[in-house]
Amino acid sequence: MRLKDKVAVVTGAASGFGEAIARRFAGEGASVVVSDVNAAGAKGVAESIAAKGGKAIALSTDVTKSADVKAAVDRAVSSFGRLDIMVNNAGVPQRYGPMAETNEAMFDRVFAVNVKSIYWSAIHAVPLLRRGGGGVIINTVSNAAARPRPGLTWYNGSKGAVATITRSMAVELAPDKIRVNGINPTAADTPMLTEEFGAITPELRAKFIAGIPLGRFCEPIDIANAALFLVSEEARFLTGVLLDVDGGRSV
Amino acid sequence: MRLKGKVAVVTGAGSGFGEAIARLYAEEGAAVVIDDLDETAAKRVADTILQQGGKAVAIRADVTKSADTKAMVDRALASFGRLDILVNNAGFPQRNQPMTGVSEQDFDRIFAVNVKSIYWAAIHAVPVMKKQGGGVIINTASTAAGRPRPGLTWYNGSKGAVVTITRSMAVELAPDKIRVNAINPVAGETPMLSEFMGGAVTPEMRARFVATVPLGRLSQPLDIANAALFLASEDAAFLTGVCLDVDGGRSV
Repeated sequence: MRLKDKVAVVTGAASGFGEAIARRFAGEGASVVVSDVNAAGAKGVAESIAAKGGKAIALSTDVTKSADVKAAVDRAVSSFGRLDIMVNNAGVPQRYGPMAETNEAMFDRVFAVNVKSIYWSAIHAVPLLRRGGGGVIINTVSNAAARPRPGLTWYNGSKGAVATITRSMAVELAPDKIRVNGINPTAADTPMLTEEFGAITPELRAKFIAGIPLGRFCEPIDIANAALFLVSEEARFLTGVLLDVDGGRSV
Repeated sequence: MRLKGKVAVVTGAGSGFGEAIARLYAEEGAAVVIDDLDETAAKRVADTILQQGGKAVAIRADVTKSADTKAMVDRALASFGRLDILVNNAGFPQRNQPMTGVSEQDFDRIFAVNVKSIYWAAIHAVPVMKKQGGGVIINTASTAAGRPRPGLTWYNGSKGAVVTITRSMAVELAPDKIRVNAINPVAGETPMLSEFMGGAVTPEMRARFVATVPLGRLSQPLDIANAALFLASEDAAFLTGVCLDVDGGRSV
């Protein structure tokens, strides 16, 4: 039980990476606030964790809204007494396409969900982590930050912001014993991929995989395992790290 | 027991990072070949592991020598039947000084121990891992690769080579299911510290250095060992070509 007695909030936890992170953390003893804009999905994940003997509660959260993010971290405190771990995982993709054809609404949404969510998380979670004497923040970034590819320019840029914010928060919060790290996944079979590309044809899948040296997609458990390491005591000396979990894609 | 049934070779395992890695691997169920140029130190670490119920054998292999490196890999096979994890941790520092003051002999030694050792390790260990259907290689690199600082130029360069070799090996060996990753420690509480600092480490020197590490301390061997455990374990099944900073935020 590597996270015994820890309390975590995981955003975007109704599916994909966030769901796997919430389940893995709960399996290691953490109490988890399963937060997602999809209330029914969050409820399903929390119930499934509880059915296996874990501790979890679901919460509907729009991470672009200050009040919602405050409610998520407050729920951690009211239900489980504290907050140790904040996983800013909620994210939205850009629909694959030329950068000049992305409309303003899409641009604003990408930056609101992927970047401003971290601002709200900092505003509301950092004081709680400070009060607890320290904590861990994990941001789901992307290998798109350092290795942008065509057709996803605004999404790539949003993740570049997250990467830099992660490193900057790390140095600013180190004196408070709050560690801040990022995870850079590569493409995975999650709902986001379909949102980006529409139907994933066998040809498209083969093209993706050809760019990944280990020859497969990223799986949610890969990300969950990395997140577990980063939040555990084993990573007590890691901060400001952006960990590629990408089968060698970024090399 | 996250490494149950695994067999590991750890070089430079008689002290410092290597010793901590070997001990943690053994605690997690791996059988470990403890290599060090200092045979007494290697034996001490192996004996400690054995006394705690772990599996280990000591060997004195000079990682700059092909025959020694081969003997080390062969020892893993002879004693434990296979080789799953190779940790190229043995390293040699540069005494902190201007780059033009380093003798040819020291230059050659830095590159032989820090870089050519990985060449020999590849020559002798990779075929074994290929035959077995996969494996993990971990190289101890350094924050000096990405953030070189004055007074350690040739050492910094040797670690730059290790970082690039790690990433290049990762993509070349991925089809063989051999993962290759590195760890970038910041200066740690190890015997190398006084060399990096250029002599006896005064409290002032230590304070000055610690001031550059956001988390406010030097690295400890257990920090490195924990990272090496994660990278060697199945939890890191999708990680290759990663050079993981274990540096308290020093490289930001």
